[in-house]
Amino acid sequence: MGLDDRDRSLVAAIADGLPFVQRPYAEIGQRIGMDEDEIMTRLQRMVADGVISRFGVVVRHHELGYRANAMVVWDIPDAQVAEIGNRFATFDFVTLCYQRPRRLPDWPYNLFCMIHGRQRDVVLEQVEVLARECGLTDVPRKVLFSGRRFKQRGARYDAKDAELTVEALS
Amino acid sequence: MDDLKHRLLDEFQRDFPLTPRPYAELAARLGVDEALVIDTLRTLHAQGVISRVGAVFRPNTVGASTLAAMAVPDDRLTSVAETVSAFAEVNHNYEREHAYNLWFVVTAPSAERVSAVLGEIEARTGIAVMDLPMIEDYHLDLGFELRH
Repeated sequence: MGLDDRDRSLVAAIADGLPFVQRPYAEIGQRIGMDEDEIMTRLQRMVADGVISRFGVVVRHHELGYRANAMVVWDIPDAQVAEIGNRFATFDFVTLCYQRPRRLPDWPYNLFCMIHGRQRDVVLEQVEVLARECGLTDVPRKVLFSGRRFKQRGARYDAKDAELTVEALS
Repeated sequence: MDDLKHRLLDEFQRDFPLTPRPYAELAARLGVDEALVIDTLRTLHAQGVISRVGAVFRPNTVGASTLAAMAVPDDRLTSVAETVSAFAEVNHNYEREHAYNLWFVVTAPSAERVSAVLGEIEARTGIAVMDLPMIEDYHLDLGFELRH
């Protein structure tokens, strides 16, 4: 699953996405001195290896009217966290689900899931559904709706020879 | 939103064609011209509805990343948020309804650089940063299904 220098150069070149032209891979290739076939082959391999989790249209929830953006955090016993995490992931309104470390005493929550909805009350009801169906009504949880969005974009940076874009929580 | 826009947003979030003329393939599936697909995507991009057509990398496969949070006094939130957003390594930065009211994602070429950014943010703001790196990912990113 390792990336070589040419992969990294390609990752950097597609940080802003494909150009909207008839032959976008050829155009990317012209920028970095690769032919179209090599670009497509390398991207196919990154998809097959799971380095790229998906390749396609990346939408922005907020602009589509999904403005009730909730990060729901739970304090799940360690022995159950994988089971519950996998269970959460089966609900179609859950967009992302991660285990993260607790930071005691301030932060006891170890399971995070994201729900993007149009309406706050609908999202709160979905949280209730998760709790009821997974037997977690007595488990401590918090729902952190987003307020102001100070920054949102694909990550990038200027390293020596690479930029990259990683979408994480949004 | 018209039907073409809706379908472009909904049906091509993954498995985008890795073929020389991918927009022509979309056009064939949608029964429209390639030029109309390109034009419509360009418009959706200009309007900010799509951030890009491209790759979403699995966390921590290319570089390193973490989720971080800070408990910022309300009267300092805007200025602290600006300090955080100014780092190129910060991509998402949101206010959230909690004592920990500022949440952001840091992505960098290495875990060392991620830690260094968190340290610099603490030094510049005088506020502790809670570092919450991913331990396990339970949800394969399949895109975002638009509901009608």
